[in-house]
Amino acid sequence: MPTEYTSLAVWIVILALGVATFTIRISFISLFGLLENVPDRVTRGLQFVPPAVFAALAAPAFIAPSGHIEFIGNEQLIAGITATAIAWYVDDVFATIIAGMLTLWILRFGI
Amino acid sequence: MPTRRLPAEIARGLRDVAPLLIGIIPFGLVAGAAAVEAGLRPLQAIGLSVVVFAGASQLAVIDLLGQNAALSIVVITGVVINLRILMYSASIAPSFQSFRPRWKAITAYILTDQAYALSISRYAEKELSKTERRRYYLTVALTLWIVWQICTIVGIIIGARVPDEWGLGFAVPLVFLSLLVPAAASRPAIAAALVGGVVSTVGTIYNFPLNLGLITGGATGVVAGVVVDTYTNTPGQSSSETNH
Repeated sequence: MPTEYTSLAVWIVILALGVATFTIRISFISLFGLLENVPDRVTRGLQFVPPAVFAALAAPAFIAPSGHIEFIGNEQLIAGITATAIAWYVDDVFATIIAGMLTLWILRFGI
Repeated sequence: MPTRRLPAEIARGLRDVAPLLIGIIPFGLVAGAAAVEAGLRPLQAIGLSVVVFAGASQLAVIDLLGQNAALSIVVITGVVINLRILMYSASIAPSFQSFRPRWKAITAYILTDQAYALSISRYAEKELSKTERRRYYLTVALTLWIVWQICTIVGIIIGARVPDEWGLGFAVPLVFLSLLVPAAASRPAIAAALVGGVVSTVGTIYNFPLNLGLITGGATGVVAGVVVDTYTNTPGQSSSETNH
């Protein structure tokens, strides 16, 4: 269904969202430049952003690939377990992705 | 191999970002194809990818414009979906602290889930100089930017013709999974990952709107990490040495 908005309205949406998104992106990057040094408590908290966010980004795609929890017949979960094993032993993003994708394709197409 | 003559962190960045592209390409094609299907002009579809450069929010905006939702709702939805980038901005800010303002603006504009994830993992793995940090980040983030723009244009012209059952998009969570394994290296970090993953999955199952499951997962995960770090003062663990 095509939009009925005028070209100008669409451009305004694009620019408004662009400005807001840039503001979000630069927020702390410029704020930390204004501080002499970042408080210890903040640094301590920030070290947990990577594990928390990586898990939050990844987990649903393996545990609930179609929007609900599946353990039986879940191709993505099996591929994820294989990939985790490779990541654990090899610690290489490239190898992990190849292992995960190959597992998914073997389960799906039986190649 | 021509990459051998490149500075080390550029070569390393190219190598690290390459597998990610498998997952980004179909996503970028959809961003282009869906925009023209929703009635955006080709130039607007490109403008959305260039000006906003954040896939999930782009798709939401395209969908809402196609449904003729109120313009304020369209913008607010996009902004809320992108709020998660606040966490990346804060997490990566210490590594960018010594950059000049112009570089900060450039690095911020191309900050994405994937550029953040690869870079913060690389910085944790190896002590890099300011120049090396910038090189690595720019290599990864700019590659993603260029591929995203090309895919948008291709998607506008020929549509998104990658069959769904190939599951190429699955490469994206695989990247985060492979970065998660080394990142969850201490007890508090494992707690952060467990809580982050569980809360985010709950958000998916119960259809939290606007990607809010991801933000809540990230935030509660960080809190869990701090709590476990505070209450398990294992001797020899460097992170919790300071007494207060």
